[in-house]
This record gives sequence, structure tokens and C-alpha cells, in this order.
Amino acid sequence: MATEVLMPALSPTMEEGTLAKWLVKEGDTVSSGDILAEIETDKATMEFEAVDEGTIGKILIEEGTEGVKVNTPIAVLLEEGESADDIEDASGKGSAAAPADKEQSSETAPSDSKDHPAPAKPKDSRPVESELPEGTKFKQQTVREALRDAMAEEMRRDGAVFVMGEEVAEYQGAYKITQGLLDEFGDRRVIDTPITEHGFAGLGVGAAFGGLRPIVEFMTFNFAMQAMDQIINSAAKTLYMAGGQMGCPMVFRGPNGAAARVGAQHSQDYAAWYSSVPGLKVVQPYSAADAKGLLKTAIRDPNPVVFLENEILYGRTFDVPDIEDHTVPFGKAKIWREGTDVTIVSFGIGMTYALEAAEKLAEDGIEAEVIDLRTLRPLDYDTLIESVKKTNRCVTVEEGFPVCSIGNHLSAYIMQNAFDYLDAPVINCTGKDVPMPYAANLEKLALTTTQEVLDAVHAVTYR
Amino acid sequence: MAARSTTSRSKGSAKTPLSATKDELLQYYKDMLLIRRFEEKAGQLYGMGLIGGFCHLYIGQEAVVVGLEAAAKEGDKRITTYRDHGHMLACGMDPKGVMAELTGRRDGYSKGKGGSMHMFSKEKDFYGGHGIVGANVPIGAGLAFSDKYNGTDNVTFTYFGDGAANQGQVYETYNMAELWDLPVIFVIENNQYAMGTSVKRATKSKSLWERGAAYGIPGEEVDGMDVLAVREAGRRAVENCRAGEGPYILEVMTYRYRGHSMSDPAKYRTRDEVQKMREERDPIEQVRKRLLDGDHASEDELKAVDKEIKEVINEAAEFARESPEPDPDELYTDIYADVAPQDA
Repeated sequence: MATEVLMPALSPTMEEGTLAKWLVKEGDTVSSGDILAEIETDKATMEFEAVDEGTIGKILIEEGTEGVKVNTPIAVLLEEGESADDIEDASGKGSAAAPADKEQSSETAPSDSKDHPAPAKPKDSRPVESELPEGTKFKQQTVREALRDAMAEEMRRDGAVFVMGEEVAEYQGAYKITQGLLDEFGDRRVIDTPITEHGFAGLGVGAAFGGLRPIVEFMTFNFAMQAMDQIINSAAKTLYMAGGQMGCPMVFRGPNGAAARVGAQHSQDYAAWYSSVPGLKVVQPYSAADAKGLLKTAIRDPNPVVFLENEILYGRTFDVPDIEDHTVPFGKAKIWREGTDVTIVSFGIGMTYALEAAEKLAEDGIEAEVIDLRTLRPLDYDTLIESVKKTNRCVTVEEGFPVCSIGNHLSAYIMQNAFDYLDAPVINCTGKDVPMPYAANLEKLALTTTQEVLDAVHAVTYR
Repeated sequence: MAARSTTSRSKGSAKTPLSATKDELLQYYKDMLLIRRFEEKAGQLYGMGLIGGFCHLYIGQEAVVVGLEAAAKEGDKRITTYRDHGHMLACGMDPKGVMAELTGRRDGYSKGKGGSMHMFSKEKDFYGGHGIVGANVPIGAGLAFSDKYNGTDNVTFTYFGDGAANQGQVYETYNMAELWDLPVIFVIENNQYAMGTSVKRATKSKSLWERGAAYGIPGEEVDGMDVLAVREAGRRAVENCRAGEGPYILEVMTYRYRGHSMSDPAKYRTRDEVQKMREERDPIEQVRKRLLDGDHASEDELKAVDKEIKEVINEAAEFARESPEPDPDELYTDIYADVAPQDA
């Protein structure tokens, strides 16, 4: 029976890809292991191999097609004795056919990520409150491109800026964030390291002591645990220990938090950990515009900055100001949506739940004010307290562990500084108090959800 | 990369007798004596309660830093661990500022906020002063990286102990330093005890420098009680680095006379062992003998030097006692280079 060849998922977070090139044509006989096509994911160009034997009956997706969703039929493979005429029958009956479970497919369809339950980008890809001058033009960019541009611009601006990490140069970045940098800046400034986080983080600290401006990329912040001593003891504390004589101007950056189905050791949000350390600045952007503007600010900052990115967000597209030098100051939250009934405060990927919840709440007549903290150290307490004084209610949203979370800290701060304004206890929506499980359903349960945010808002508004 | 042997060189190639001019010998004598007297005074102030916390004395190891500083030039960098007073004095930092830091006063190098283990001097290219065993080793390679990046021919002396030599990050650093030909000299100050654990009880390796061979880094063992032997080895290492040949390892065999820190009773070795080392190998006595035997100086001249140094140390101690404690406002300064910390 004719078998459909489906667009494969080739990375944990791949949702769609480009069918870059067919290496077979209709009528070709293929056997298991033959390369059928080249597929560009958000991270790399991959070769796609045949699993079954047969003849290519029909190519359904032309080469060069962009945005081909995972599981879309891209070709039909005929078994011996079948002809192209049999193709009509193949639809929906293929052995590895399109999603059989309709409910599942409809649930994942709107998501940018195949498995990760974080909601897709809400309609507003721009906050209500703009720091930009009237008439600023915008361009559509992914977070990935925005981060890359930020580094490239800063490297052009300052010869002391260099980037080092695993696979940042020749591989073009494990998550393609450093794509093209090697070509432009050469191997003096874009440096592949051995897989030795402890060592290269410390080496970066020394380079900063020596007057350079290192950007140390961790393939993920999970691996930065091996370098924790260098980040905390060597980078964060030196300025103080030196009585202000010398410090450590550098950026530690990389994806942080859960991706999709990558298990306990690759799925932790370190926001609260780093935010507890004096001497560090801590950034966790949500939008592409902020990712760009904040990374540029981080590279120029005279202190060690921990810049927490998110793999799920890398591929999301936002409006980015099309101006020459877009920077975003630290310690200034962004109000994405104004409201009077409740304050929802979040950062990073937590914003996806916060904004989706706010849209749904609006349908029920509840106007939520949604604040993106953007930087966690320094933290914009003023904007938060001002908002809580207006709405008298607050829900915090993050994917990290619940104990000693950012939400816990915000709750305490609000209690101490706006107690009399509160009409309900602050509720923290967080990841669950468990290591991240692998199973798709358990992973979903371990993260926070838009529904939890909705429930929390209903609880604090008594509506 | 130029072809070069991946096996390490054997121990000290110089078979010719070590020699130095009168002026050089006298300078090393003074420099070592300054460290010795400084440390003795620090021990005394600690006993009086004027210095607190941890205080690791360098007595016995003076020839290591003085010998290597003799091989350094302007712009070379140095970084070490927590037994750091000797390194600071040897690179020309002011004994007053170091002592005032030990007493936790505002005129200390870190305004009293660093303490014995955490002092820095950008001016003298001294990059600390690090309290976590082994952590300064990749940092030292990073300093060397900055020199290579900037195209200078300066080198970085990265000091660590025999205990740190078993740390994983040291080997991560060896690998990168050799991979990228970084101008870093790894100086293993083997004083034979990692706190109370002798080298033999921590590793079966017969030597520590030879481990560099696994990464292709040349090195050698050096008599760390002889300042001239240290200087000679230092010159070989420096030459290697300045020529763009990458890192070099010096395992300098030395000995600390005092305990690991002021609170260490040093029960793990015999009094005889220490006494024997002091009597037979003392680095300062060796130079003193050279000066006298070579008719470079008379007993009286050396006595005058002793007196001069004693005065410098007494002044430093006086300064460190008189300097006021830091202003309470200093608690919240120097956390960020650009902004005041937030009140959370």
C-alpha cells in the first residue's frame, strides 16, 4: 500500500521547517537509509532519510517550500506493484500517517512548539506602552534573529567584545543564535570551546578581568551549573572584594528553562537562583525587541550579566524596531496590557501564559494589567507596586520551581510595600515542585498553564 | 602552530652553576625578607585579634614568588589563590595597603571588604587573591587570553598549590591553554601539604608537572627553596610563552613552615621535619650565605638591611592599626560598577 512520507520533526521544539531540497525525484527507487531530502529546521539543515523501501510515486511539496508543518505529507512512497494511480487511496491511510488523534492535533496546532504547552503568541506582539518615538518603523523578526543581530551590532561597535562557547563558531550555534558571526568576525572573536563549562566560564572571567568584553554562551543554562562557582564567586563578587578597583564586565547567555520533552536535567528555570545573587544583573526577555535591546545593554554593562533565553521563544516572531541602535534599559518593566481588575506579572516565556489568560479574561469582562518584568535584577518594583495599588490584586507567573521562586519574592515585596492595598492574597503560578518528567502529559502537568493563571485570577478577583 | 614536542621537557636543563650579581642577590634577599617579616608580623597581629578570619602565611615559600618576579617584565600579570600576601609584596604592592586590608580597614587594598584572601591591584597587574581552590586557574588562562587577543607579548603567572592540582578545572584549563597557545605559566607551588593532606595521600602521580604531558604542555620541576633556580626556570617558561609557544608548567618544590592557616596545629607532620627544612633549605639563608661567601656583603650590611625591613614592616603594622574601619556606607558600595544596589 502506498505510504505517505511525512514532514519530520528534527528537533525538540521544531514546529515547521523548509523543504530545502529533494535529493530524489518521482520514479526513483529508494531503500531504507537513502537520503530523500534536505530539511531546514529552525536550528540547522538536516538530511532526511527513507525508512521504508519503495518507489517515489509523487512529490507533494515542492523544494524550496517554507513553513511546512511537521507531519504534513511531503511525498508518497509506492510499494512493489503499485503505480502512481494508487496514490489517491494513500491519503490518510499511510503507515506513519498524519496525526491520528484529532484532539491532539487541534491542541498542538496553534502552538509554536510541537510539544511544549506554552501558548502561542497572542495577537498583540507589541506592548501598549512604547518607549519608542512616534513613527518608529518595525520589522518582523524572530527572537533568534534579534539576539544574533544584537551580538553582531555590539561586536561591530566594540572590538573587545567576543563570543565563546560550545558550537558557536563553525556549527553556527547549537540553536543558531550565533549564525553568521564566524564569517563576519573570524575565529579570533568567535571561538568554539571544548565541552568544559567550568573551565571556559572561568576563562571568560579572566578575559573580562583583562579588559575584554566576553559573551560566554552556554548551550543551555543547565550546563552552567558546572560553572556556577565561576559565575557567582569569581564574576559576581570580584568588584566588591576588590573595593571597586576592578570588576567583571561580561555576559553569560543561553537558553534557560524547559524546552520540550528534554527531561529533568535539561529543563530548569534558573531565574530565581541567579536573581538572589548581589553583583549579578539578571535578564529574562520575552519579545524579540526586548531580547535585542536588552542583550545590547547587557554587552555594554560594566557588570556580569546573566541573560536567560528560552528555546521555545527562539522561533517566535515579533515586531522589532527598525532603528539603528535599539537598546532597552535594565530595571524597567514593560506593561503589555493595561487593566484595572488584576495585575498579572511575569517574565520570559511566562508572558505567553499571562497574555493568553488576559485575552480570555477580557472576554469575561475582567481587565488584567500584564507586566513583563524583563529584568529580574534590577527589578522594577515601582511599576509593580503602582499597578497593584491600582488593581488591588496580583498573580505572578513563571515556569520555575515554586519554592523560593521569583513569585515568592514578589509576594513578600508586595506584602511589605502595598499590604493595605491588597484585596486578596497574591497567588504564584509556577512550575510544580518536581523534577521535569519526560512523558508529554506529565511535562504538561509539571509546567504552569494558562488555565492555572485564569483560576488564580478568578480566585483573587472573586469572580 | 609550529611543530613542537608534545612530551614535556625533563627537569631543569641548566647544569651550569647558577649565578647572580651582587645587586640581584641583595635585591632577592630584601624581597624575601620583606615577605618573611611581613608574615611574621601578620601572625602576631592575628594573635592580638587585630586580624580575623582566615590568614594563610607564606613563610618558607618566599623564593617562589621572588624568583618568578625576577623573570617577569612590565605588563605581565599574576593571579593566585588565598595564600597571597607574598605574591602581592613581590609584585610591588604597598605593605601598608596589604596589612591594612588584613586588619579590615578603609586604607586596605579592598577598602577592608576583601580581607586576606581577596586583594587586587590593577596597577601592579595582580588579579587576586581567590578563595576557591583551583578557580583562579581558568581565570589566569583568561588573562593570558586577553593578552593574546590584544597582541601583546605579556605572560600571566598563574599560581596554585599541590592541592588545587587535583581540581578538574585545572585540566579543563590545560586543555584550552594548549589548544589556543595561551601565554600562561602554570606555577604549581608544591608545599607538600594540601591543608593536612600530604601529596602522597592525595595522588599516586609521582609528579604534578608531568600531567601536562597529556595535553602537550612542557614543564619542569624546580627547586623552590633556591631563588636562583626558580628564576632560571621562570626565564625558560617566560621565553616559551613570549615566543608564542603556549603554556608552560613549573612545579616548584617548596615548603611552608607554618600551618595551613593560623588555626592549623599542623599535627600531620613532625616538628623535626619542619626544623630540618628550616635549617638546611631555608631560601633566605641560602641567599644570605651566597652574599657572605661571595664577599658581596658583610654581616653588618645585612644587619642594616634587616633593620630597614623591620622598620618598613613596623610602619605597615602601625598604619594598619591606625587606619579607621570602613564607613558603614561602604556596605552598599562596589556591588555594581554603574548603579547603586536596589533596596529589596
